[in-house]
Amino acid sequence: MAQPATDVRLQSKPERVYYFGTCVIDLFYPGAGLAGMELLRREGVQVVFPPDQGCCGQPARNSGYMDEARAVALRQMAAFPNDWPIVVPSGSCAGMMKTHYPDLFKGRPEYERAVAFSARVHELTAFLVNVLRIKLEDKGPPVTVTWHGSCHSMREMGVVDEPKSLLRQLANVTLVENPREKECCGFGGTFSVRQPEISAAMVTDKIAALEETGAARVVSGDCGCLMNIGGALEKAGKSMRPQHIAEFLLERGHGR
Amino acid sequence: MGAEPRAAVGNDFTVRAPQALNDPTLRANFRRAMDGLMSKRAAQFADKPAWDSLRARGAAAKARVLAQLPALLERLEDKCRANGITVHWAETIPEANAIVLEILQKAGARTVIKGKSMVSEEMELNHHLAAHGIQAVESDLGEYIIQLAGEAPSHIVMPCIHKNKAEIARLFAERIPGLGYTEDVDALTAAARAELRGRFAAADAGISGVNFAVAETGTLVLVENEGNGRLSTTLPPLHIALMGIEKLVESLEDLPPLLALLPRSATGQHITTYVNMITHPRRAGELDGPEEVHLVLLDSGRSRVYGDDQLRDTLRCIRCGACMNHCPVYSRVGGHTYKFVYPGPIGKILTPQLEGLDCAGDQPHASTLCNACVEVCPVKIPIADILVRLREESVRPGGGDAVKGGGARRSALETLSWRAWMLIYSRPWAGRLAAWGMTRFGNLLPERLPLLKAWTSVRTKPRFAAKSLHELAREQGYCDE
Ligand code: SF4
Repeated sequence: MAQPATDVRLQSKPERVYYFGTCVIDLFYPGAGLAGMELLRREGVQVVFPPDQGCCGQPARNSGYMDEARAVALRQMAAFPNDWPIVVPSGSCAGMMKTHYPDLFKGRPEYERAVAFSARVHELTAFLVNVLRIKLEDKGPPVTVTWHGSCHSMREMGVVDEPKSLLRQLANVTLVENPREKECCGFGGTFSVRQPEISAAMVTDKIAALEETGAARVVSGDCGCLMNIGGALEKAGKSMRPQHIAEFLLERGHGR
Repeated sequence: MGAEPRAAVGNDFTVRAPQALNDPTLRANFRRAMDGLMSKRAAQFADKPAWDSLRARGAAAKARVLAQLPALLERLEDKCRANGITVHWAETIPEANAIVLEILQKAGARTVIKGKSMVSEEMELNHHLAAHGIQAVESDLGEYIIQLAGEAPSHIVMPCIHKNKAEIARLFAERIPGLGYTEDVDALTAAARAELRGRFAAADAGISGVNFAVAETGTLVLVENEGNGRLSTTLPPLHIALMGIEKLVESLEDLPPLLALLPRSATGQHITTYVNMITHPRRAGELDGPEEVHLVLLDSGRSRVYGDDQLRDTLRCIRCGACMNHCPVYSRVGGHTYKFVYPGPIGKILTPQLEGLDCAGDQPHASTLCNACVEVCPVKIPIADILVRLREESVRPGGGDAVKGGGARRSALETLSWRAWMLIYSRPWAGRLAAWGMTRFGNLLPERLPLLKAWTSVRTKPRFAAKSLHELAREQGYCDE
């Protein structure tokens, strides 16, 4: 596992950032994507969403189709030409761009570009906490939530406590941690359909563990996990509601 | 006695997994055992900086070995010979089996007592010896239990971890004469001990594995908790040690970090009860120890793994089992689902390289790439990256020659799908068109489509948004610089 490179230039708040919306958010959870942009904008940062962006390339890379992954990665690198931070509301896609882009181009002419690009990539909650030092206001009613950290957010991006520290800032929100937080939810991209039975067993165990926390909502920073966990909660007829952290934070600020 | 030979079983992980998943006892046994092992290990490495530095030393020691493996193997051979240990090289498993058989036959051995050895499992040595009239008895308690049951190990450190106390009690009541059904662990252990003591005394030869072979001194290091390893290697007049060519360290100084990492990672112990260091056969005037010691070095595909810069890291493995203890897939399907000697994450990267992607190419796909294994591996093997590399090799056009059976899983349909995906996400107009179509019509896709059917077995169908983020971002003015 490549160690995430830190962007040393980012000591203070940047004027402008790029936003990489991810393909899953683009098609299924655009509300979460917009919420992330709104949170950044509220902090006085200009947010630019380049329309030529698409998918980070992780599905092909993880399936072993490297030429296809490289073609898509190159397209993303071209879509974010200026030297601004790139904020990503998904630990998994951020992990792909930060740790695997350099690997993909090792020994190729684009390698230096990929390294420079990867150094600009930030996961949203880490960016809010470590760079913008966001202070949140909570206008919402009391609610109990639990946090689902995604594997790639925790283990590729090293983002473990930042999102939970955001939830802890909210006065009316009680965070109940899931003792099995570090265990994978079973999504794994194409794994969920290549090994459907194992994936099903994993997500079934996951929602049982989440339910045991007694929380009304499960908040996460990754829409792949949310699609998996949320779909399983709904199919099982559970009342627990899945939500992307950006949407949740924005909602609390609006008092909705 | 012994497990079914591997040739007799199918290799499709995806087909076997559901059988394991539908066995509630098995699921519960693994869940309980893995939870226990994870918390024991975590307690050993609570001090993060200490873990980081210990692990860095362990990984560096093994990396240093791999950087100079051929030279170190020669040094080991020279040292062992000088110490009086006979060294044998086996390129293949049949060669290794033939070597062991010949040594035993020359000594006129009829019964063998065995310490735990995963290489002997690779060789299916017990079968081979039985076919030639030599009986090998496993003396590690876990191995002894599965040998009684006629099963294969389900874990590389705890071979019978798939069985609970009641299952073992039933097995013992059936197979050990005079012992009734008891779930008393001490009584069960005492029964096994009584059975084994006689075997130790009567054995014509002892066979063991090797955890670390020290090139500088020709020392064979063997760690264990039951004393059976020490008995197997000291009581019989003949000792044969089996090791893969990668299980080397350069010097004695490399041992402390590795001996600290191995038991902590494996069972959450500071140190094992026994650390055996074997350097030579019995010398004149010594009162115990075998008169003859042989070391068999097995390649069996390892030098091919060694030939590739990235895949080579696989050979750093010290077989602690931590990767499987932390694997969310292993802990649900258990070790037998993998059907090869090495289950779990290390198996998923090692088996396809040793056996070929043509017969074990499904294993690298049995992972969510969650990186739990990578996080705990004491020698920092980049398991997830190697899994992805093997996926790449298994669909490489023309196969390539990095891994046996390269290209075996390439299919026209899958290649076409990724081509289409590439088109969508590398040409912005195509992406916009596809997103427009999916947000308008995607929800009409029926659940019975093959991939959706798999998804919706326990989940609802994902719902496409009415408008994509691209459209919404444009409407809200996020697209202008
Ligand atoms: S791969 Fe690492 S964690 Fe797994 S058995 Fe080998 S050394 Fe232990």
